[in-house]
Amino acid sequence: MPFNLLVLICLVYVIFLFLVAFVVESRAARGRLGFLRSPVIYTLSLSIYCTAWTFYGAVGYAARSGLEFLTIYLGPTLVFVGWWLVLRKLVRIGRQQRVTSIADLISSRFGKSNLLGVVVTLIAVIAATPYIALQLQSITLSFSVFARNTPEAWLVPGHADIALWVAGGLAVFTILFGTRNLDAKEQHHGIVTAIAVEAVVKLVALLAVGSFVVWGLAGGIGPMIDHIGTAEVPGWTFQSDRWVGLIALSAAAVISLPRMFQVMVVENIDESHLARASWAFPLYLFAMSLFILPIAVIGLERMPEGTNPDMLVLTLPLAEGQGALAMLAFLGGFSSATSMVIVETIALATMISNNLVMPLWLRLRPAAALSGDLRGGVLLTRRLAIAGVLALGFLYYRISGGSAALAAIGLIAFAGMAQFLPAMLGGIFWRGGTKIGALAGLVTGSAIWAYTLFLPSFGVDAVIPAQVFSEGLFGLGWLRPRALFGTEGMDPLVHSVFWSLSLNVIAFTLGSVLTFPDPVERIQGVAFVNAFDREAQAERLGWSHGQAEPEALLSLAQRILGEEALTFFEAQARAQGKEGFLPDLTPEFLAEAERKLAGSVGAATAHAMISQLFGRATVTVEDLMAVANETAQIMEYSAKLEAKQLELTRTARQLREVNDKLTQLSVQKDAFLSQISHELRTPMTSIRAFSEILTEGDLPPGMVADSGRIIHSEAVRLTRLLDDLLDLSVLESGTVQLNLELAHLGRMLDRAVQAASQTRPERSFEIRRDEMAEELHLMTDADRLVQVFINLISNARKYCDADPGLLRIVVRQKAGRVTVDFIDNGKGIPKEAQRLIFEKFARMTDQMRAGGAGLGLAIVREIMVNLGGTISYLPGQKGAAFRVTLPLRLEKPAAKSARAAAL
Amino acid sequence: MAGRVLLIEDEPNIAEAIRFILSREGCEVLVESDGAKALDRVAEARPDLVILDLMLPGMSGLEILGALRADSETRELKILMLTAKGQGRDREAAERAGVSAFMAKPFANAEMRAQVRALLEG
Repeated sequence: MPFNLLVLICLVYVIFLFLVAFVVESRAARGRLGFLRSPVIYTLSLSIYCTAWTFYGAVGYAARSGLEFLTIYLGPTLVFVGWWLVLRKLVRIGRQQRVTSIADLISSRFGKSNLLGVVVTLIAVIAATPYIALQLQSITLSFSVFARNTPEAWLVPGHADIALWVAGGLAVFTILFGTRNLDAKEQHHGIVTAIAVEAVVKLVALLAVGSFVVWGLAGGIGPMIDHIGTAEVPGWTFQSDRWVGLIALSAAAVISLPRMFQVMVVENIDESHLARASWAFPLYLFAMSLFILPIAVIGLERMPEGTNPDMLVLTLPLAEGQGALAMLAFLGGFSSATSMVIVETIALATMISNNLVMPLWLRLRPAAALSGDLRGGVLLTRRLAIAGVLALGFLYYRISGGSAALAAIGLIAFAGMAQFLPAMLGGIFWRGGTKIGALAGLVTGSAIWAYTLFLPSFGVDAVIPAQVFSEGLFGLGWLRPRALFGTEGMDPLVHSVFWSLSLNVIAFTLGSVLTFPDPVERIQGVAFVNAFDREAQAERLGWSHGQAEPEALLSLAQRILGEEALTFFEAQARAQGKEGFLPDLTPEFLAEAERKLAGSVGAATAHAMISQLFGRATVTVEDLMAVANETAQIMEYSAKLEAKQLELTRTARQLREVNDKLTQLSVQKDAFLSQISHELRTPMTSIRAFSEILTEGDLPPGMVADSGRIIHSEAVRLTRLLDDLLDLSVLESGTVQLNLELAHLGRMLDRAVQAASQTRPERSFEIRRDEMAEELHLMTDADRLVQVFINLISNARKYCDADPGLLRIVVRQKAGRVTVDFIDNGKGIPKEAQRLIFEKFARMTDQMRAGGAGLGLAIVREIMVNLGGTISYLPGQKGAAFRVTLPLRLEKPAAKSARAAAL
Repeated sequence: MAGRVLLIEDEPNIAEAIRFILSREGCEVLVESDGAKALDRVAEARPDLVILDLMLPGMSGLEILGALRADSETRELKILMLTAKGQGRDREAAERAGVSAFMAKPFANAEMRAQVRALLEG
């Protein structure tokens, strides 16, 4: 067949796959996954386990080693039959923790360790390299096999060139397939479907070739069995150590291969698919292995000596003239290789970008994380990673010479990936596993694998000098790569697997036992080991796991947002074209709802709520920490609120007090105005009445004079009242002008006594004084003080009911202050009235009104306040007793502050 | 205008003015200045009309009014309330307490005469 036609067919096939992926991808984007939700797709995508190695290599393997090839199928079969044990838990944890790769799983389990992620990624990349080289080699071989017998054979480029082209083509293909866009869950529905298609192609191709061999060449099942029975192959010996080792290895590989993890855990959209796959996938493997032995036996019989047994699937139909069948076989092999490479490189690229490059980049440029979109960066990283991984594969192919048997290369990769197993299984079944333990196990195991299997695979003297092979590292015999610790005569593969995994497990266990997990590790450990308990608990709590209805979200939202929730849901439903119904739970809607809730309860809490509700993942430790942070902030906020509340209460109380005071003042003012009105109207009544009497005429004798006298005296009273009111208002406002001077107390009292003598001059009234004590000079406003004295003396003259009246004026001086007591010999003021006498218009009896309007003592009190002193009633004396206290020296007219203090 | 008027007023000059005005009209005017003695004075003098000042020492005009209205003997007694406070509140309180008429100080003498005549003759 012409080489160009072959290339064309390959291209058409690839374009077809690409279209399949594209259509599915766009349907998925519209939320219509349809048949993708079928477990058939999931099972077929698992067939990625069967790579070109299985497709071509298994026949070669059978041709070389007989039934041993079955071990490669038996391991996965055991794992899937026992899916309940490991796979189910892996898938569950994968979804709970939003795991995106093996590196993610291990680093997440052991306390989100970046270092572990890096180590796992590096091991995966290194271990995958020979495996990818294997695919390149098989495609290259198949190309050259096809082109060998054509006229243009001379045109066919050399193996290395083909491999380069294949690697480049696969890189472009994978980049186109796998990095068109980013999915947070790292799911690729399109690719999974394309792989399922390829799975069908490779199964059909192998079954077709097998059927042709059995029925077309051997002549039926019976003769075929005879052929197998008579076949004698020297290498066909049963080595029990290899069987056990290989079954264990392939079982480990199916769990820990990055691409298997990708399709099995990451791409899993429904856990129940696993139950179906648990029998369907072994069945697929059985179908794939059914005709391996017949093809190998008939191929060995019919093909000339020296034919590469790895290519029998292709060369046998070709030799028998079955071009179309050969073409189908070629496409089967091509499918096997491409699907493996695509998924493997995508898985590795995810690890490289998520666990290697991005953490590093974010650490170097933390601003980038804040400044927004990392998409571009991530996609570029992935694309470069895909190219890089394929380049490494190509490099391995070139260095290893492309000569090794396919199976041998595949097993090297298996052994490398198997190093993840202790950390994975230990992580999900043993809470005691720690980061240090995992790290120790991984590093130890992979180092031994590299030393005993991977590096030697380049060939003796290629990387490790021949001398080391024969005498050991540093000349230490027990460090020979093929005979560690003196275990000579072991199969190299079994030797490597045994030592690497044993020491891996020991290092992991010891490291875990000897170190203590940090809190995050501890919590993650519980989350992983108790993955099922957590869900059971969540279900008990009423979260309908994984199948939340819009109603549940609405009721949650209503609890938080209140009425607004309904409005929001209605708007969203309208936007989805579902007016009048609840909106579909599309990712966009959920994101919007989460944002909405975040506005009320904080982003982390909202995320945790939505996640819980939809079982997308149970709450991670980071979520919890973030929730705690938010709670702390809210508590701080409410503490602040509480403080504000207290302050408000205090202010309110002050306001209430002020208000009460104002109300009281207002009442007092009303009472005062009412009093003034009364005090003004009373004299005016007399004046008006008598002036009308005067104008009416016809008066009895003397009435005119009497009326005139009364009018005069009431007018005087009115004037005095107005004077007093003005005086009081000036004194109360604190704007009074004080004339401070040095005044002699005795002389001031003389003036007062003189002035007061006008009051009831007729009565006999004695004033007893102590002139010695009055020898004092005061710095004060003398006129004001005299006013006070006059008031007190005339009050005594007015109200003292004793006859003869006696007023004693007692002066004392103490600590810069002077007290002047005025004590008469009357009945005094009743106790209940003593409190009131200094208030305005607080007159006691009719007798007390003898001239004043009831403002006298109020004015006295105000004057004393202005003079920096006080006036008080002295209870317990025989008669009425007032005490005036004032400073010897009034420094400054401190009226206002004195008033404030007095109030 | 004949009749006995008891004037309960603590301001001597106002009492004198009213006494003069009403006496000239033919009334017999008795004056009491102490609120505390007012009720005794009413019982003793049996006036046809009481002119009562609101603000009195001893017992306020409203208290005296209430006491007079509570007594069956004086329930129908004509009472003219005088006040210098001139506020609506006082007037309302007095009317509620059953005052016959109300007059604010200062008053016009003619008004006083007319009011007293109306009460005595009505």
